[in-house]
Amino acid sequence: MSDRARDGGYDDWLDAIEAGEPYYVECPEGHGWLPPRRVCPTCQSRELTTASLPDSGEITSFSTVYVATPQFEDDAPYVTTLASFGPVTITGILRGVDPETVELGDVVGISVEERTTTGDRLVVFRPR
Amino acid sequence: MNSPRIAGAGVTQFGKHPERTGRDLFAEAGLEALDAAGVSPDDVEALHFGNFMGELTEHQGHQAPLMAEAVGLNVPATRFEAACASAGAGVREAVKTIRNGEADVLLVGGAERMTNVGTAAATDGLAIAADDLYEVRAGMTFPAAYGLMARSYFAEFGGSREDLAHVAVKNHEHALVNEHAQLRSEITVEDVLSAPPVADPLGLYDACPITDGAAAMVLVSEAYATEHGLDAPVSITGTGQGGDSLALQDRPDIATTPAAVDAAEEAYADAGIGAGDVDLAEVHDCFTIAEVLAIESLGLYEPGEGITAATDGETTRHGDTPINLSGGLKAKGHPVGATGVAQIATIAWVLDGTHPRADAVPDGTVGVAHNAGGTAASATVHVLEVDR
Repeated sequence: MSDRARDGGYDDWLDAIEAGEPYYVECPEGHGWLPPRRVCPTCQSRELTTASLPDSGEITSFSTVYVATPQFEDDAPYVTTLASFGPVTITGILRGVDPETVELGDVVGISVEERTTTGDRLVVFRPR
Repeated sequence: MNSPRIAGAGVTQFGKHPERTGRDLFAEAGLEALDAAGVSPDDVEALHFGNFMGELTEHQGHQAPLMAEAVGLNVPATRFEAACASAGAGVREAVKTIRNGEADVLLVGGAERMTNVGTAAATDGLAIAADDLYEVRAGMTFPAAYGLMARSYFAEFGGSREDLAHVAVKNHEHALVNEHAQLRSEITVEDVLSAPPVADPLGLYDACPITDGAAAMVLVSEAYATEHGLDAPVSITGTGQGGDSLALQDRPDIATTPAAVDAAEEAYADAGIGAGDVDLAEVHDCFTIAEVLAIESLGLYEPGEGITAATDGETTRHGDTPINLSGGLKAKGHPVGATGVAQIATIAWVLDGTHPRADAVPDGTVGVAHNAGGTAASATVHVLEVDR
């Protein structure tokens, strides 16, 4: 863990996942985003509110990464995954499952765990 | 319309030159371009320079004045950064400047030194073109991003790793006669399929290499070309640029690249052509799947139909619309900040008959260059036409 300044919005979002109260940012039209956001890029609404993240999401794409950056050297191979939680899609690493058996549409939950290589906080999906 | 003409171009040998500085690479390409153009250095009014990761690999910011000096010029010099589309963005602004009548002669190019830091650090450097908070901190690399896009493409439209392998095989074959190319070796579909995985479903031979190199060209106004009697038959007649959300997670669909679709539509309208008029294209095949996405974005194929183009031979040098006669990024190499200009130089040489693969399109008059930054959150398309 580094002692650098927090990234406003992002670190608060990770805190909320750790506290069991994950959320996303939503505009009145129902477009979903992750913080920090001041305006909806789809409809330009500035009336953004936070909404509770659905309890589970569905895998929309994944890739098992064998050649990692130095910051993920000891994590490789790992499964970078996109999971759709209703109006918002989130990028994380899939754990607790054999990469060979992953399929699109598999249901996952979200958590914050540690990156093996550096100990930094990491968005993780695990099967539900 | 005052369409800028390509008076001359220069490209270094692409490959592993870890000991060569960016300034030396660009000096070679820039001087070659000036010599080929037959333009007096005193007439060059500005440099547009593309570079992506010079701070990381050479600890060098503020590169444009350094690069102007390296080619012996004391002119206003500006660096353009749009990840892998940096040079394409520089070209676009040069085209607009010349059209506006604000300049008659511009040097446009780019350079990237990458292999000096090794594969891991270069992979790390390239990754900063993605969203740091939400992608890079979740382990995203560029191969991973294109792996995600490939899997989504297969799920939405079908296709196989074997189809992608044919893209790599084609581009390696095209590069065999390209003396500037990094990888001049024939490969087979089996070689691609059995290569070590990088980011599933993409393997080592689905990916372009890490490359050092530079490219440059001299763009001039029609009036300047006429007045100085330049032999400059190829013009840039259309320019377009599109944008998209930086992170894949913020796009409604990752099996297409809408920024490139927008760029192509704008460039075609600008040039007054349609996709059916295109005789050849150089596209941004940083990964095999990226070539498929590119030819669909250019309107050469409907979404979902470009995947078999290489398999069926339609995009080989013997096909109706050859794609990446240079070998593409895949085999020619991808010095990131130089790629957009290297693509345009290739098309100019094919259209004027001086490229070793020019015989693939002996009657070709229209070529298109597609340059994509990141996962195509930036994309530029340029249309080139030759006087016949």
